[in-house]
Amino acid sequence: MQRRDLKTWLFLAPAGAWFLCMLVLPLIVVFVFSFGERGAAGGYVPAFTFDNFLNLGARWAAFKNTLILAPLGTLICLLIAYPLAYFLALRTSPRWRTVLLILVIVPFWTSILIRSYAWIYLLGGQGIPSLLNALGLGNPRLINTPFAVLVGIVYGYLPLMVFPIYVALERLDKRLLEASSDLGSPPWRSFLQVTLPLSMPGVATGCMLVFILLMGEFLIPAMLGGGKVFFIGNALVDLFLQSRNWAFGSAVAVALVLVMLVTVAAYLHFTRRWAGGRDDVSLM
Amino acid sequence: MRIYALAVYLFLYIPIGIIALFSFNAGRHASQFQGFSTQWYGKALSNPFVMDALTTSLTVALSSAVLATLFGTMAAMALQSVRGRLRLAFDALIYIAVMVPGIVIGIATLIALVTVFDWLNPILAAIWPLADAAPKLTLGYGSLIAAHGLFAMALVIIIVRARMAGMDRSLIEASADLGATPWGTFRQVTLPQIFPGILAGFLLAFTFSFDDFIIAFFVAGSQTTLPIYVFSSIRRGVTPEINAIGTMVLGVSLLLLVAAQAILQRGRKAG
Repeated sequence: MQRRDLKTWLFLAPAGAWFLCMLVLPLIVVFVFSFGERGAAGGYVPAFTFDNFLNLGARWAAFKNTLILAPLGTLICLLIAYPLAYFLALRTSPRWRTVLLILVIVPFWTSILIRSYAWIYLLGGQGIPSLLNALGLGNPRLINTPFAVLVGIVYGYLPLMVFPIYVALERLDKRLLEASSDLGSPPWRSFLQVTLPLSMPGVATGCMLVFILLMGEFLIPAMLGGGKVFFIGNALVDLFLQSRNWAFGSAVAVALVLVMLVTVAAYLHFTRRWAGGRDDVSLM
Repeated sequence: MRIYALAVYLFLYIPIGIIALFSFNAGRHASQFQGFSTQWYGKALSNPFVMDALTTSLTVALSSAVLATLFGTMAAMALQSVRGRLRLAFDALIYIAVMVPGIVIGIATLIALVTVFDWLNPILAAIWPLADAAPKLTLGYGSLIAAHGLFAMALVIIIVRARMAGMDRSLIEASADLGATPWGTFRQVTLPQIFPGILAGFLLAFTFSFDDFIIAFFVAGSQTTLPIYVFSSIRRGVTPEINAIGTMVLGVSLLLLVAAQAILQRGRKAG
């Protein structure tokens, strides 16, 4: 043990107190409440029961939607992001690379609310559908469908997928690719046997980040799904702000966090098996 | 390959561009551009609800970013000399703060604060000298600043620490060897080196708070932040006024982000 002087403690105290009051305490409260009962006028009554967890099936539709659309959205993000990350890491000059990379990351840090609003605009009746109609391609309904939610998801989370893959590809030892081609491998084979395996840690990190954030998504389904495509996040808003069933809502939140923990555990398990699986992802 | 990249960039920027374009539309129509006009900006800026929400958002963003930057930087500096369990605990808390989704943070903060307030308010009323004037704890500015500050602080700690990791420690030792006081060393050696990290952390913290909807949605109480206002307006329908507000919000975030990015890049070159 190392001697810690007073100054260190004083410097850590405000941050520590903030973490305790605004993070640890609230999470403990949610956990405790998930075993409680609903009060007559909403809210919470202390109890110890597993009824809330046994009752999770009542919100099965929300879990089902989330567990279908979140992995699907993650997969589409991956398929679109990988070629872009590849292009940025291996096919651009260093001078352009920084600018292009910043252009990918910047949207992620701007308001997801406004960016989803843009798609209400584009997918709504006067946007793309009226354009298609003018071209004589029918007048499909796009807004308030699972498709609209997927578009919003990909639009919102694509930058988060590009970045870790880019980092993995950029670190890749280019001499390995030269060696591979010198030894007579066609480019597609070098890609499959060298580039792709070495970029897997980045792919795993990107998928985990996007999937975890999607599990807790509320805004995109609320705005582009029009109440028809319901995520766990939407169920949580309903349970806490409308029906005020805190005990059951807490159980849903605990279940959500559990699914996410399983995801992270799986991620750690897989990345540890890949050699050199260190990936300090930073988004700036 | 280039064409593919171009298509992805278009996908990322066309929707934002369309929002901006139609905020300058002279007409109300959402698909026909009927001439250039700034009337919707005028409408938005003279709407008292918008201005109230904007004031709330700016107050919360500034307060939470200042507090988060101050306490986050202090923690990042102290954590350099901390090992063992305390270090592990802090690392875990930082990652939990960043990884737990905003919606869970929002509901957890909501029910924890309401429960604590319900419990504290009768006590405050009982011990307060003037029974009628007893303060009543409610959700509002305080809870917004505290909840936004939490994520922002984790962000600042991560960024400042990354900056410190790239710092030349021999300079600090040299400064101490040459007889500088710890404060002098901090002010003249450490601070200039980590300042880009601190400033970038502040700007990102501000941007996060200014843009956040989901946490604020739960803990705002009777206050309305700009994203909450925009969300409830969208539910009533698409209007060019929302485009104008949205364009301004995007503009502010873009400006702050570019500034943060430029500071970090320049810092990297100098460091």
